[in-house]
Parts: sequence; C-alpha cells; structure tokens
Amino acid sequence: MEPLIQISAIGAPLRLANVNTDQLFPARFIKKPRDVGYAQYLFHDIRRTDAGDINPNFSINNPKFETAKILFAGSNFGSGSSREGAVYALYDSGFRAVFAPSFGEIFAANCLKNGVLTARLDQETIESIQEELDRAQEPRVSVDIDQECITLPAGQVVKFSLEPFQKHCLMNGLNEIDLSLQFNEEITAFEESHRRTYPWTAL
Amino acid sequence: MPSTLFDKIWTTHVVTDRGDESLLYVDRVLLQENSFHAFDKIRREGRTVRNPNQAFGFSDHYVPTRNRELGIDGIRDPEIRNMVDLITSDTETYGIELFGLGHDYQGILHVVGPELGITQPGLVIAGADSHTSTHGALGAYAFGIGSSEVAHVLATQTLWRSKPKTLRVTISGERRTGVSSKDLVLFLIRTIGSGGAVGYAVEYSGDTIDELSVEARMTVCNMSIEAGARAGLIAPDQKVFDYMRGKPMVPIGTQWEKALAYWETLETDPGSVFDREVQIEASEIAPQVTWGTNPEMVADVTGSVPDPDVEQDPERKNRMTRALEYMGLHANQMIQSIPLDRVFIGSCTNSRIEDLRIVAQVMKGQTCRIPTMIVPGSEQVKRAAESEGLHEIFQLAGAEWLAPGCSMCVGINGDMLASGERAASTSNRNFEGRQGQGGRTHLVSPAMAAAASITGQFENISSYAEAGSWNL
Repeated sequence: MEPLIQISAIGAPLRLANVNTDQLFPARFIKKPRDVGYAQYLFHDIRRTDAGDINPNFSINNPKFETAKILFAGSNFGSGSSREGAVYALYDSGFRAVFAPSFGEIFAANCLKNGVLTARLDQETIESIQEELDRAQEPRVSVDIDQECITLPAGQVVKFSLEPFQKHCLMNGLNEIDLSLQFNEEITAFEESHRRTYPWTAL
Repeated sequence: MPSTLFDKIWTTHVVTDRGDESLLYVDRVLLQENSFHAFDKIRREGRTVRNPNQAFGFSDHYVPTRNRELGIDGIRDPEIRNMVDLITSDTETYGIELFGLGHDYQGILHVVGPELGITQPGLVIAGADSHTSTHGALGAYAFGIGSSEVAHVLATQTLWRSKPKTLRVTISGERRTGVSSKDLVLFLIRTIGSGGAVGYAVEYSGDTIDELSVEARMTVCNMSIEAGARAGLIAPDQKVFDYMRGKPMVPIGTQWEKALAYWETLETDPGSVFDREVQIEASEIAPQVTWGTNPEMVADVTGSVPDPDVEQDPERKNRMTRALEYMGLHANQMIQSIPLDRVFIGSCTNSRIEDLRIVAQVMKGQTCRIPTMIVPGSEQVKRAAESEGLHEIFQLAGAEWLAPGCSMCVGINGDMLASGERAASTSNRNFEGRQGQGGRTHLVSPAMAAAASITGQFENISSYAEAGSWNL
C-alpha cells in the first residue's frame, strides 16, 4: 500500500447524507474482478438520471471536479453493506481522502485498509467547505496527514483529528497483516490460553 | 466494577493493545461468495490461513432459487456462476468447510450459523457481510467486515479494533396485537435514524425483548446495522440455552455443562453504565411500513407518507423529495392506499421457520392477489416448513415456494424487481436500486407481507381476528 502523507488535489462537494455503499458501488458490479478497474462503477446509478443519462447536477460530473481526489460528503457516508468494492471504486477513481460528519463504520475500516483517509468534520464546517469549493475557480485543497489539517482554496486552514493507529498505518502505507504477524507469539499464547479456558469453542 | 455483556466479551478477547486499538481474537469468521477479494489477497501476498477450522463458507448471495436440481448448471449467467465456483474452489484450496450449493445445510450465513451452533454465546464472530450483527441475538459479539479484514482474520485469527461505545436500547411493555420484532426494530431506526447508532455496540434489553423468541431477537439484531451499529447483542437467557442444546456444533456432556455455566455469566451486571441509553415503549408501536429509500423512512401502516414541504432542514427536504420521486409516491398519501406489484418473503432478516409459520397462518385458505416469492433461509428451514406442510399452504395460495438463498433481498442472483415495480419485502434495505434498478421496496414484517400478498396493499394487521395468536 502506498504511504499517504500529503495530498494536494481538487476537492469535490457531495451534498447528500446517508450515501450508502449500494450507491457508491451497486451490487450488480460486485462480481467483477478488480483488474477491470472499478472507477467506471463509482456512484454509477446516482450520478445518472432515472433515464440513464449522466446528470450534470451531480457534483462530481461537473468538469471542475472531474480530477478530484478529496471528497467532502454528508453525514453517515458509506453506510450499509460491507462491500469493499465501494472503496476500490473510490480509489480507482483517484480519491484518497473523504471528509464527512460521520461514516459507516465498516466503510471507514475498509478505507483505512486501502490507504484512503476518512476523517470527521462537523456538519457546519463541511457545509462551509462545500460552498467554498463551489465558489472557487480552482477548488484545490491540500491535506496534511501528519499535521492533521486541510488548507482550503482561499488559504484558510481547518484542523481534523486522526486516531494515532490510523495515522501510523496511512503514513507508513502499512500492510496491516505484516504488522499483526509481528504479534504472532502473543496470538499463539493467547490462543492456547483461550482454548484451555473455553475448550468448547475450539474446533 | 459491574460490567456490561459487551465488556465481558471484549475483555476476554484482547490479545494486546496498541494505543487506542486492541488486537482482538476472532473465534469464527464467516465467508460468502463476495469474499473472493480476500482470497485473492491471501494468494497475492503468499499467506496461509491460520485456522481453517474456525472459518466457514456459505453460498448464499448468488445461488439460484429455481432449478436447483441442476446444481451449478442451473446458473446460466457465467459471471454469477463464477462467483459460486470461486467460493467452492477457494474454500477447498484452504481447507475451509463450505455450506455450498447442494449441501444439506446450505442457506444464508446468518440463518445457518445459529441453526448449526456455529454461533454461540460469548464468541467474537466476524462475517463478510454487514448483517453479521444478527448473531448477537445469541449473546455473541458479531460484526461485519470488508474483504481486507477478512484476509486479516484468515491470516492472523485477529482484528485491530478500537473499542466501540455502548448503547442500551430498552424496549418495555406489551406489544400491540400484530406487532412483530421487525416492527420494533423499524420503529427504533425511525426514532434514532439510520446513522443513530454509529460508533456504538448496541445491547437490547427490557421485558419486550425478553418476551421475544430467539428467532425474533435475530431479526432485531440483524437490523442494528441499519441504525449504523456494527453489532447488536442480547444477553443469553434460558430461551437461548434451550435453543443451543443439541445443535450439531454445540458441545455435549461435560463440555456442555462447562459452556452453560459460562454462558450464564454473560449478562450485563446491575449498575453497569452505558455511554448512551434509549428507552422505547412497545405499546406506542404500530405495524410499520417504510415509504422511502432508507430504513429510517418509516410510517405506521395506518399513517401516511410525510410531506417534504413541512421539513425545515433543506438537505433532509431534498432527500425526502428525491425518495418520493424514486418511490413514485406523493406527500400525504395514505400508506394503505399504495398499490403493490409483488411480495418478497425471505432474507437473513425474516426467513426462519417462525416467520414462515406466520406467513402460512395469514395465507391459509386465501389466494395471493399479486406475485409472491417465498424463499426459506436455509435447507433446514425448507425441510422444516415442508414437514409442517407450510409449502402446500403457500402453493395453494399461489405463492412461489423457492430454494434457499439471499435472493431478491440484494438481487444479485438474478431474482430482482423490474424498473418501476413496487414490492412489499421482508428484507432489510430499501435503498434505491437495492432489489433491482428502478425497483421500489417497502420493508415490512412477514405478517404484513403475507397480508399484502392477499389483498395487493398494506393492511392494518392489528385488526385481524387471528393476529392475537401470532407468535411473532
């Protein structure tokens, strides 16, 4: 996984609460192998009208936000199904960071495993950033993971906060399995003791 | 210090801590066809599966519900067939038991786990599906994970977790006639919102919960994720112990005695403090019907579709307007005036034998007015229903009695709504396109779905003469 330290890129607003992983990545595409590239499936149905045409009013269809890597979304973003394809679709489309008032928990965990930053900002802050992105001619934003801050197009700095573990994994591009296997002896000792204490759980 | 049920399970599974995160031991991991990314990761990184015996595979999301006698050849779509082939070959390669197509115990992972005793009180269970919260009904800490975490559990038998906050939902008092566990949980989501429990492990308690059967409790825990909670738990009681006894993977003899003695300690101690408490009076709850495209968009069956114009918050107003547009409904429309096209009875929320018994009570001697699919949760549920003759009641009424799987809950095996079709569904998600692009879903209880099948519309089932005898 690539380390994520700083991102300087276009930021896009998505003014919609409760965006679920079915909307991020409709279930009918789950069976596609990853190597086909999942960018084509991101927001597949909600970025189109009911008639199936690209909806110019859906923010990231706006040419201004076409190359966005940072998303400023509504509350409970990524709720619903555990499908990790939702994150692959974001990643393959270039997104490396999502800010929202709250996140679906499984989605946020999946993001971390794929080197995509999720961080909470309160509703008011999100809304004011979304407005600024809409107003700005070039809605460029920089995100500094180490300093836990965002610099907005007009130069204003907004702080966010990360859990130390999340920050460590992102900044080092850690493959978590390798990290965990460093605790192999502890896991083995725990497992033996667990099986002695609760022998009926052993299989 | 008094501790909660959740704390007791958490504490007994921490291998080590690292800052805010704990490395948590996982007793069981449950896999389904969509886990192919996890196996790809294991292969790509050259890893081994640490304890194949603690992993279980299920073919449920993509299996056909018709032509099952043809086995894998019954699947015509090559991409769908590939998904069933992949879970078969991946589990075989790594020595993992599979409840696959043709297996006597095949079925939906959240139905089969409990019925085989794979799920037990006090366990930590991670599942490759967000509705893994279901298993909490037996007093386990069970939650959904994505593919990368599935690979992590397979390789290490552990997961990194920051400890969630605790929320106790207390539901008290007697339910109104015809009000089921599905109505309880829909009402809860309507009350706290679909993001209302994000960050919490939810414990359900109160005399209304105590009264519920084990299966009905599974319906409640199943939909915890629709309120944003990754896990929902209920302290195991005598009903759970009776349920566990004799299940194929449950210990016997002295091991049973030991297990039981431990399970009896799995309750929240008096005086335990939760981070948050929600109280609900069961008597306030009528049969519920969702009207929108999110499980928090719920109304009483006797009520009406809300009016976006009275909503103050512009973002909420937009969402409501969009939901009504998608659903083809108008503000203030009476719920009972909505004409339905189809009924789907099934899913990990409501496909157990008790659900089917109630459906049979409503359908007995009646005729379905609209096409109705009934999909049992597992082969075991199917056999039980057939031995009780329920399938004959369904078929005489004109409903389709199908083979087990997730079917039209998620619509990826080919069972789906056509665009514009409107269904009463006993499943768990009414998202746009969930049951098929353009399909319109109203989430309801099994009794409501059965009543809707007979009349083509939602009914105030509380007034049904026989409703008093339903064991919901």
